[in-house]
Amino acid sequence: MTALPSSERSLFAEKLGLFLLLAPAVLWLGVLVILPHVEIAVLSFSERIAPRVYAFGFGNYLEFLGEPIYWRTFARTAFLSILVTLITLVISFPVALYIAKFASGKSKPLLFLMCLIPFWASELVRTLGWMMMLRETGVLSFLLQKAGLASGPVEMLYNDASVVLGLVYGGMLFMIVPLTNALESLETAQIEAGYDLGGSHLTVLRRIIIPHAMPGIVAGSIVVFMLTVGNFVTPVMLGGKNGLWFTEQIYSQFITRFNWPQGSAFGFMLLLLSTVIVWLGLRLTGQGFAETLRKA
Amino acid sequence: MKKWSFVIGSVAFAALLAAGGAQAAEKLRLLTWADYAPKEVVDAFTKETGIEVEITLSNNEEMISKLRATQGAGFDLAQPSQDRITGPQAEFGIYKPLDLSKIDAKLFIGSMLEATKANTTAGGKVYGLPHIWGTDGLVVNTKAAPGVKDYLDLCGPEVKGKASLRAKRPTLIAFAFSMGMNPFAAYSNEKAYSEMMDKVGAKLTECKANLKFFWDGKDALLAGLRAGEVTAAMAWDTGGWKLNSENPEIKFIAPKSGALGWVDTFAIPAKGRADDAAYKWINFNMRPDIAAKVAASAGNFSASQGADKLAAGKLKDQFAESFPLAAIENIKWYPAVPAGLEAIEGKVLDKVKSAN
Amino acid sequence: MTLVGNGVRGDFMSDSADLALLSVVKEFGAHRAVDSVTFDVAPGEFFSILGPSGCGKTTLMRMIAGFEHPTSGDIRIRGKSMLAVPANKRPVNMVFQSLALFPMMSVGENVGYGLACAGVDKIEAGQRITRILDRVGLAGFEDRPVTKLSGGQRQRVAIARCLVLEPTLVLLDEPLGALDLKLREHMKLELKQLQAAFNTTFLYITHDQSEALVMSDRVAVMNKGRFEQVGSPRELYHNPLTSFVAGFVGDANVWNGSTFGAQATGLGIKLSTGAALVGAGSGSGAVSAYLRPEAIALAAVPGELSSLPNRFAGTVSTVLFDGAASTLVIKAEGFPHLRATLPQAGPLAGIMAGAPIGFGFAPEALKIFPA
Ligand SMILES: Nc1ncnc2c1ncn2[C@@H]1O[C@H](COP(=O)(O)OP(=O)(O)O)[C@@H](O)[C@H]1O
Ligand SMILES: [Mg+2]
Repeated sequence: MTALPSSERSLFAEKLGLFLLLAPAVLWLGVLVILPHVEIAVLSFSERIAPRVYAFGFGNYLEFLGEPIYWRTFARTAFLSILVTLITLVISFPVALYIAKFASGKSKPLLFLMCLIPFWASELVRTLGWMMMLRETGVLSFLLQKAGLASGPVEMLYNDASVVLGLVYGGMLFMIVPLTNALESLETAQIEAGYDLGGSHLTVLRRIIIPHAMPGIVAGSIVVFMLTVGNFVTPVMLGGKNGLWFTEQIYSQFITRFNWPQGSAFGFMLLLLSTVIVWLGLRLTGQGFAETLRKA
Repeated sequence: MKKWSFVIGSVAFAALLAAGGAQAAEKLRLLTWADYAPKEVVDAFTKETGIEVEITLSNNEEMISKLRATQGAGFDLAQPSQDRITGPQAEFGIYKPLDLSKIDAKLFIGSMLEATKANTTAGGKVYGLPHIWGTDGLVVNTKAAPGVKDYLDLCGPEVKGKASLRAKRPTLIAFAFSMGMNPFAAYSNEKAYSEMMDKVGAKLTECKANLKFFWDGKDALLAGLRAGEVTAAMAWDTGGWKLNSENPEIKFIAPKSGALGWVDTFAIPAKGRADDAAYKWINFNMRPDIAAKVAASAGNFSASQGADKLAAGKLKDQFAESFPLAAIENIKWYPAVPAGLEAIEGKVLDKVKSAN
Repeated sequence: MTLVGNGVRGDFMSDSADLALLSVVKEFGAHRAVDSVTFDVAPGEFFSILGPSGCGKTTLMRMIAGFEHPTSGDIRIRGKSMLAVPANKRPVNMVFQSLALFPMMSVGENVGYGLACAGVDKIEAGQRITRILDRVGLAGFEDRPVTKLSGGQRQRVAIARCLVLEPTLVLLDEPLGALDLKLREHMKLELKQLQAAFNTTFLYITHDQSEALVMSDRVAVMNKGRFEQVGSPRELYHNPLTSFVAGFVGDANVWNGSTFGAQATGLGIKLSTGAALVGAGSGSGAVSAYLRPEAIALAAVPGELSSLPNRFAGTVSTVLFDGAASTLVIKAEGFPHLRATLPQAGPLAGIMAGAPIGFGFAPEALKIFPA
């Protein structure tokens, strides 16, 4: 085949067009994502020697590894975030399935709206709402006492369960939306065919509905996991003295201890954690990152 | 065509912005605590000088962080506590030395001005001037927890699950005193101080089960005390007196081992752009009549000479009840924190927070 | 074989039938989608339900499959009532209108799905899948993704997926609807052959009369939720019992008119356009008359048709040449436009527009129904 000059030129033009098309994305990525992280990475390798004197070193990472309180909080945050993601998924799935496949045309937007309403208030207000519900002098404790189920005030705040509850609540919408999206494209006839050929509810769910929803599941889980791991307000407020979230450690390094290098190292560890878990999640479910993004 | 109109539009927009900036009235960007700049006072200041005041509310740590992030830019006047100036200054250089000739020294209580100047001096230059002072002590519901007299009592069975404190350095200092040690004396010896803090940390860890929560914002604590979910807490005198006005059973108590005395200052950030406005604001605020208004708004005391004579009677009575003469003499005033100590404290606090 | 009333076949006992429906009604709110339908299907029979879109065919089939519950009536398979049996437990499998293949599974997995559900062990399932794919002409397609198949191949996977389970009854809901004309013609034959080869009972739904007539042993014509007539394709074509069947099955000239009394050779009617005819049927007053184009005899001179009571003369207005299906449009005094089949073998094969022509038909060929 002989390449005609004109076709070559058009190929070049095409490439240039592609480049120009991608330029804003690359710029965005570079300026807003990569540059700050490079700065944080550089900062995380500097150690304070004396006032205003810093040197290169791995001290901040060694500090992280050597000090149990830091890596324990880190591991705890990772574990609880995965737990929160799983619980959110398990709760959101039936809701999304109902909205996507069983709700009638009229009730669908209404149901979606109901999922959306809590998000009109800021996270802070929502969390305060939970605090009012769960605190010792709060609504739930009052109702329990009225119903005779509790003899005195019950404190339901400031424990892991309340943190998980708040985080699941905050993550639900971000799970329901991609799940509903994914499930809406599932033809109802396929579900029926699943039953028609002898499948039980479990079989239909496992072999037809879940595989179809997989891109939504992965996309929702990634979003919820990232939001959870990086959350600050909810664990601090609902967890109280036992909150212990890794973002709090980062905050305290940056803000209360003015130790930016240490905070940067922590921040980098968190980024690493998110990346590894997302990668593992994609790997385990056999989903491609690009495809997931497209379907989400 | 389109391109040109876009370019012209953006140039015009930029010019507008620049012009707007130039034309705006002189502005003072103030980084301060809640209630330290009541609207009434700000309005009076603007009326008198034509200078607008833009207020950002903060606390000690955030003030330092904010100024550190910009290397002292973004604000024209800050109000850190007097003990938190020289350390961060040595570490980050976020303040500029004060020009004392622009200050009307007569407006200050002389002894307090001298003490603050001494405490905020670095390299022979003064960085802070006293503004508002107060104490840290115990706010106690005296009916529910009559036995709480000292910081360590917060760990007692009487307030089990109903005590609260801040996971901040004043708590460490307070507990050290309450445990019979003198942390201020150990400031100069990092190793001794570190050992002392470890002991305090161990005590606090043990005490953690007794706590309802670590309080952070004053309002959350006050709400807890009001609701009876918290019956005793280490807190500022102001909060105690505020609750006392609502419920006489809640009192601010100067602890046996001594209340902790703090002074919030005026300090000028290294890259402040309106020093003159800042000095004007300082002098304006220290006038007895203005200072009395600020003190009433903050619920604390002013370093202004003569402002106390104008203070509301209620506050005076409450102060008298909380501070018998011996208690006043027992107030522990914070010396300046040497650079580096905060790292020790921070780690102890991290450990306390993450203990289970 | 006699037909009684609303499509009930007299000579089958319900118990010996693979499928029997008894007065099945389905209402959606106030709308009666299926109205008192009774019929049965014999083992090995290819039974079709033919009706216009929206007449309730799918609803009827979904009730048999178990996706809808009848408002009243009973559905029996081999004598056993299915009302309390959920869809996944019925010995019935369905080929969906959209086929509903599972896109994330390969051909083999699609076919094996039902076997896995039934707990058939892997080795046996593998053999059965291979065998069925072989029989539907998809040998060696096990690992192909279904998304990479042609329309006809997908069709065969959908059928294989049902047949591999050896169901009592296979339900097919307009399975050829999505195919292009050529393929549809081909698949008609193939389906018929498959059904014969497997000797499985097929219940087939279509709005296309040609599909129903070509493939079926028996056809039920459905209209507005009711069965109009059940019978062999021949019976329906030649002896429609209702005006709807006469109009829906096959091609016909449809005329309006009114009766003027019984004649020696049949019922006399006068068309609204004027012509007086003798036909077969009942009724008095306003009627509709149906005459198939191929029932019309043509002659160059009307005299050649002397044996027919209905004889007329007219002129050819248009020749519609379509090979064996060529027709003439004839203009004649007293008739609205009239279409007649033009045999390509006869002497008239070369006739041109404008030529005079004689035409006639037997009274039995003109079906008269009360309008
Ligand atoms: N789930 C339903 N709810 C309400 N009406 C329905 C439902 N399913 C079908 N119908 C109505 O019942 C009638 C018959 O529909 P269908 O059985 O799908 O017809 P066909 O398959 O013959 O085209 C239609 O008028 C349709 O609108
Ligand atoms: Mg249909």
